[in-house]
Amino acid sequence: MKTHYGIYGGQYVAETLMAPLRELEAAYEDARRDPAFAEELGAILRDYVGRETPLTEAKRLSAHLGGARIALKREDLNHTGAHKVNNTAGQALLARRMGKRRLIAETGAGMHGVATATMAALLGMPCDVYMGATDVERQAPNVQRMEMLGATVHSVSEGSATLKDAMNEALRDWIASSDSAFYVIGTVAGPAPYPEIVRDFQSVIGREARRQCIGKFGRLPDQAIACVGGGSNAMGLFAGFIDDPSVKLVGVEAGGRGIETGEHAASINGGRPGILHGAKTMLLQTPEGNVIDTYSVSAGLDYPGVGPEHCHLHDTGRAEYTAIRDDEAVAAFDMLCRFEGIIPALESSHALAEAVKRAPALPRDAILLVNLSGRGDKDMENVRRWKSARAAAAAS
Amino acid sequence: MGRIEDSFARAKAQGRGAFIAYLTMGFPSEERSVEAAGDLISQGADIIELGVPFSDPFADGATIRAAAYEALRRGTSLAGVLRMAARLRAAHPDTGLVLFSYANPLYSMGLDAFARAAADAGIDAALAVDVPLEERGELLAALRPHGIGYIPLVAPDTPPARIAASVEGLENSFAYAITVKGITGERAALPPDLARRLDAIRAASRLPVAAGFGISTKAQAEEVCRHADGFIAGSALVKCLAEGRRPCLR
Ligand SMILES: Cc1ncc(COP(=O)(O)O)c(C=O)c1O
Repeated sequence: MKTHYGIYGGQYVAETLMAPLRELEAAYEDARRDPAFAEELGAILRDYVGRETPLTEAKRLSAHLGGARIALKREDLNHTGAHKVNNTAGQALLARRMGKRRLIAETGAGMHGVATATMAALLGMPCDVYMGATDVERQAPNVQRMEMLGATVHSVSEGSATLKDAMNEALRDWIASSDSAFYVIGTVAGPAPYPEIVRDFQSVIGREARRQCIGKFGRLPDQAIACVGGGSNAMGLFAGFIDDPSVKLVGVEAGGRGIETGEHAASINGGRPGILHGAKTMLLQTPEGNVIDTYSVSAGLDYPGVGPEHCHLHDTGRAEYTAIRDDEAVAAFDMLCRFEGIIPALESSHALAEAVKRAPALPRDAILLVNLSGRGDKDMENVRRWKSARAAAAAS
Repeated sequence: MGRIEDSFARAKAQGRGAFIAYLTMGFPSEERSVEAAGDLISQGADIIELGVPFSDPFADGATIRAAAYEALRRGTSLAGVLRMAARLRAAHPDTGLVLFSYANPLYSMGLDAFARAAADAGIDAALAVDVPLEERGELLAALRPHGIGYIPLVAPDTPPARIAASVEGLENSFAYAITVKGITGERAALPPDLARRLDAIRAASRLPVAAGFGISTKAQAEEVCRHADGFIAGSALVKCLAEGRRPCLR
């Protein structure tokens, strides 16, 4: 399996985790050669998750912007409301195949936690989800969902009390319990082989979208745009088009209050190479090499590192990485609600905002494919609070 | 011979295991941690492991994590820990000094710059918790020209061939045998099969073997040293400092 992507990736873990990573690698190699595994995963994705997800042309939004046609890959319509379940379905089946009896997960926005808790319920396994205390508060509806599904949610209040600290705590759990527990990592980050496993499970997004684009428009899109937290929904989309040089791949990072303010979560745009959670990656860090507290209105993008393959695609120039600020993401969120009747996740709104920026300057026959990675029910309270804080700031 | 090898040889000649003391440097303050290291040396510590506080200590238990966060809050950096090392080196010319860090602070400083600064500070060897055999090439290549050793970690289930590969080509070093499958922190009891595993690690290692993680009492240390060349105590000592006491083993 692939361990390094250019200078990035690798297995920067404590020796105690090397044996479990080897075991995982072997089990995954075996599973992906086994047609029965593919069949079982395919059946869950079809009959339980509700795949394939549609490709929706955002006609009123496109007309309003005047320019390129915007097409949305509707990962928000998956069971549990985001792309995360594509990966948790795969990893949970792998866990069961390996004879593991408990699932461990970290979560930021809570979508990965919900998707893991869901699979745990479906397969009858106990599940422990680690979540930063900050996120427990700002994504409260997802905490309730996880608990309702039978998972135990552990609020992590140390460090910056966000996703990175939740991942530290999940790793600590796994270091001590890898004999019987499986760590379901939620994005294309972490030590090898996780980035490759998660990309493979998410690549269903790109495969479907490519076929649907050709079916609907008779050709490939000009650009494929996705938001990048750790980068799993983007990697899943990009996987479908990586060998199509005519398709521009665009990853959108969380620009927070603006890269220049330092309050953002844009690892590629604002970081430098470093090592966190098992991989060499572009990392937001202090000059001394400590990891910086990130900021974004969207909890799911609030991570100081990014998947190693994205760093490499950036270095080679195959993909381009931009950043969208909170205000731009919230404006795109509003637009999709009003023009298309779709409430998007704040994470996905970053990808959408990039399309909103690009569309007007493009010809009418250009196609922008946007990965709508999740739905926004979890974000309604955040958006309301964000707007009232902004109004208060403007008034004073 | 280097100070690490000397330390193990000296302990062996005295019929005991080497005492390796870990401290999170900068905790509870720069002064107190340097003082504590001196105190431990006067109590017989052969080697001091100078812990570099890191923002994301995913392999550490609650005691060392809390110490690391406090040390960071006080502004402790890798450069600061190297300054503390230089002070200890000046005062204790024979004591082995091992720098114990996560990978990122070292990479962030630049591996060559780090190796040079560490050599200048009198560091004998370095250990990066999250740099296993597969990834250590770059780091070893930087340390070697400066005569700094590298300490490999061995886990409870590391196979003999991998143990042999981990200690291959290393000088002025020891194999750090992790006693428990888990993170750092005190344990009431050590695993029942520890003696057998330590014997196996010793059989596969051409370097001395020191056992660490979870050792918090003199009795545990003695027990471990029947099957190892030395022991490492960390959380138990850091906890003393957290409680405002002199660092020592019960
Ligand atoms: C809807 C949605 N999109 C995107 C992300 C970001 O993750 P990734 O970059 O791995 O796709 C999250 C994470 O929680 C999410 O919930």
